[in-house]
Amino acid sequence: MNEQTRYSVGIDLGTTHCVLSYLDLHTSEDQQPVLSVLAIPQLTAPGSIEEKTQLPSFMYLAHGAEIAEGETALPWRNPAEHLVGEIARNLGSKTPIRLVSSAKSWLCHTGVDCKQDILPADAGSDIPRVSPFLASKAYLQHLCDAWNHLFPQQRLQDQHLTITVPASFDPAARELTVEACKAIGLTQIVLLEEPQAALYSWIEKNGNDWRNHVKVGDIILVVDIGGGTTDLSLIAVTQDQGNLQLTRVAVGDHILLGGDNMDLALAYTVKAKLEKDGGKRLEAWQLQALTHACREAKEKLFNQPELNTIPLVIAGRGSALIGGTLRSELNREELNRLLVEGFLPEVAVSDNPQSNPRSGLRSSGLPYAQDAGITRHLAAFLSKQIHAVQEFKDIKLPEPASFLHPSGVLLNGGVFKAEVLAQRLMTVLNNWLQAENAPAASLLQGSDLDLAVARGAAYYGFVRQGKGVRIKGGTAAAYYVGIETAMPAVPGLAPELEALCLAPFGMEEGSEQNLPNEEFGLIIGEPVRFRFFASKTRRQDTVGTRLSNWNDEELMELDEIEITLPEEGHQLGEVVPVHLSSGVSEVGTLELKAVSRRNQQQWKIEFDVRTKEEESAQP
Amino acid sequence: MNNFSIDLGLRPTTFDLWHVCLAGAVLILCLLLIVTLIWAILAGRRNKEHSVVTSPPEIKIVEKIVEVEKIVQTPAPEPIILKEASPDAACLLLSLLQREARFIDFIKEDMSAYSDTDIGAAARIVHQGCRQVINEHFTINAISQDVEGNRVTLNQGFDANAFRLTGNIVGEPPFTGTLVHKGWRVDDLHLPKLTEAHNPRIIAAAEVEL
Repeated sequence: MNEQTRYSVGIDLGTTHCVLSYLDLHTSEDQQPVLSVLAIPQLTAPGSIEEKTQLPSFMYLAHGAEIAEGETALPWRNPAEHLVGEIARNLGSKTPIRLVSSAKSWLCHTGVDCKQDILPADAGSDIPRVSPFLASKAYLQHLCDAWNHLFPQQRLQDQHLTITVPASFDPAARELTVEACKAIGLTQIVLLEEPQAALYSWIEKNGNDWRNHVKVGDIILVVDIGGGTTDLSLIAVTQDQGNLQLTRVAVGDHILLGGDNMDLALAYTVKAKLEKDGGKRLEAWQLQALTHACREAKEKLFNQPELNTIPLVIAGRGSALIGGTLRSELNREELNRLLVEGFLPEVAVSDNPQSNPRSGLRSSGLPYAQDAGITRHLAAFLSKQIHAVQEFKDIKLPEPASFLHPSGVLLNGGVFKAEVLAQRLMTVLNNWLQAENAPAASLLQGSDLDLAVARGAAYYGFVRQGKGVRIKGGTAAAYYVGIETAMPAVPGLAPELEALCLAPFGMEEGSEQNLPNEEFGLIIGEPVRFRFFASKTRRQDTVGTRLSNWNDEELMELDEIEITLPEEGHQLGEVVPVHLSSGVSEVGTLELKAVSRRNQQQWKIEFDVRTKEEESAQP
Repeated sequence: MNNFSIDLGLRPTTFDLWHVCLAGAVLILCLLLIVTLIWAILAGRRNKEHSVVTSPPEIKIVEKIVEVEKIVQTPAPEPIILKEASPDAACLLLSLLQREARFIDFIKEDMSAYSDTDIGAAARIVHQGCRQVINEHFTINAISQDVEGNRVTLNQGFDANAFRLTGNIVGEPPFTGTLVHKGWRVDDLHLPKLTEAHNPRIIAAAEVEL
C-alpha cells in the first residue's frame, strides 16, 4: 500500500447535513481501527470561519453587492466559489429566495432534469438558479478541498472513498451522485446504502462483541430518520460455514419525511396559537426563528421529564429587544399529540399510509410524503416485504404471519435522541409482534445517531480490505423495461405493455447479465426510449422474465431510459439489431447497455433523460 | 695677482669669515637633511596607514558588531511587559454574543420602562443564546471538584492563581477553609477564525430589508 493511499474515507452526503469520517488503514492487524470525524472548516457568517463536524447541505446564491470583498475567503480559496454550509443556512434564513436546500431529494425526483438550473424552486425570475447536480457537486467540492487542505500529502482523490446514498435511491440518482464525484476528480469511489452504513457503524462501535447481540435467524430492521428522509431496510442474519453472515434483503420506498418535518409541525402549531391570540400574521423569518426555538424546546421537554411547559420567545428584528418580543409556549401535551401521536401513531400493522390524489401543484415542488405517520409507512413496508426472507432456510416465520417479523431494531438519525420517540416506535412494533405471538424485538444499542452513517461508510472501506464482516445485498430491486406487445391496433386503446426483466433482484457488484434472446432494432441517430420499471418485491424473476400483468404495488415506474446510437461507422437511419445487457459496476451503479448483434459493439443506455421536452409534454 | 695653491699642512689659527660661513652652511644642510628624512619617514607611515584603511571593509564591520553587542550586554533594568488583550478577539466575542443572544441590544436598552415580565421574556433569549455561544466555543470546567460550603485543604505550593484566599489569612500552609465558590477555568477554546478583509469592529451590521 503506498503512502498516499492511507485512509478509508466515508462521506454522508445528507439531505440537510454532510459528514466526513475517516479511518487510518495503516493500523496493525491486531489493533481495532480508530475512526475520526473531520472538523470541516466553513464560513459561518461573512468573514468568520469555524470548524464543525457537520456541513449543512445548503447553498446561498448571494447578490453581488451583498457581501463585501474578501469576506468569503476560505483557508484554501479566496473568494469561495459557492457559499455552502453554515453561512448559507444563516443568510438563507433571512433571504429564503436565494437559498438552495434539499438538493439531494431533487436528485431522486422523477420528472425533472437534475442538471437544469431549477433551484431555488421558488426564486423569482431575476435570481440566478443552479441545478441540484451542481449543488451536490459544490458540497462534495467543499469537503474535498477541506480534506486536501488538512491532508496535503494524502489527497482525497487517492483515498478509498465511500459515499452513502439512501437505500431507496433509484439508478438514475445513484448515477448522478457518482457523476458529481467524478466531476471533481473523485474517481476511487463506491456507493453504500445509508441504513447499511448505520449497521456497519454499530458493528464497529461494538467491536467483536456485536456477535453476542445477534444470532442466526435474526432479522434486523434499520429505521433511519434523517433530516428530510426516512429510510427503511431489513437485514437478515444467516450462517455460512459457521460464520455469521449479513444480507440486506429489502429496502423501503423513498419517503420524504424526516426530523425537520417534526420541528415544522411544532412551529406551525405555535404559529397558529400566536396568530389566534395576536391576530397578526407571522412573517417568514419569524417562522424560522420559531422553528429553531421549537427544536430546542422539544429537546428539553423530551430529555427532562419533570418539565411541563417551555416558554417560547421570538425576538423582534430591530435593536429594541425587550419590547419587541413575541411570546408563546409549548407544553408536553402538544408535544405528545403532535410528535408522538402525529408521527408515530399506534396503528395496526394492516394500516396503509393515506394518500390523497395530488393537486396540480406537484411539478413545482418535491413529492413530500402525505402521511406523516412513520409507523404506517413502516407497517406497509413490513407487510409488503413478508416474503423477503423466503430463500433463507435459517429463518422461519411463524404461521400465520401477516408481516415480516423483525427481531432486532437499529435506530438512526437525530430524531431518536428523544427517548420517548424511540420507545414509542418499539412499543408499536412489539404490539404488532405480540398480536401474532412472536417474540418482542430488541433494540440494538450504542450507535452515534448523528454521525453513524459517515462513520459506517469509513468502516466499510476497512471492511472492503477484507478485515471485517461484510453485508451482502446487491441491487435492492429488480429492473424491467416496458415493451409494447404486437397486437392489432384498437382505436382509443393503448397497446398492451409487457415488462421484460433486465436485472434481477440482488444482482451483485461487478456482475453482468446478457439478454441474448430478445432482439431490438435500433435506428442510428434516432433516440429510442423505453419505459423503465423497478420492483422491490419480485425476487424470483430472472433476466428475460416477461410480465404481462402486474399491480401498481409490485412494479413502480421510474423515469424513462434512453439510447441514441451514434453515427460512427454507420449510415444515418440504418437499423442495427441489438440485444440488451445489464450489469452492476464496482462502484454500485446499474449499467444498461445495448450490444450489437453483428460486431458486439456496445452503447450505454442513459438513465438521466429527464429533459425539457418531457417536462413540457406533461400536462 | 693671487696665486692659489693647496697646502694640506696649513691649519687655521683663527675663525675667519669664510670658515664661519662654511660651518653655517654645513649646519643648515645637515638640518635640511634631517628634516627631509623625518618627513620622508612620516609620509611613508602615513601611506602604510592608508593601505590599512582600504583593506577589506568586512573586518571593520565585524569589529563594530562586537562593539554593539558589548553595549547591549551592559546590565540594564528589565522592562515590565504587560500583555495586551487582543481587541479583535474581544470584538469577535461580542459579535458572537450579539448574533446568537442579542447581547448588545439587551445591554444597550433602557430597562426602567419595562415590566419584569417583558424583561424576563427578553432574558430568555439572551440566556439561551449566550449559553449556546459559551458551550460551543469554550470548554469551561469548575476548578474545585468539591461541593461549595464544604471544608477544603490547600497544601504547600497550591496554585495561587486558581485558588484565592480570603478572610483570616495567617500562618503557613496547609490552609483549611470553606469553599465559597468553586471557580471556573477555560480548558479549551476555539474561536472562529477571521478573514483578512473582515472588520471585527462591526459586531452587528445594520440591516436593510429590500
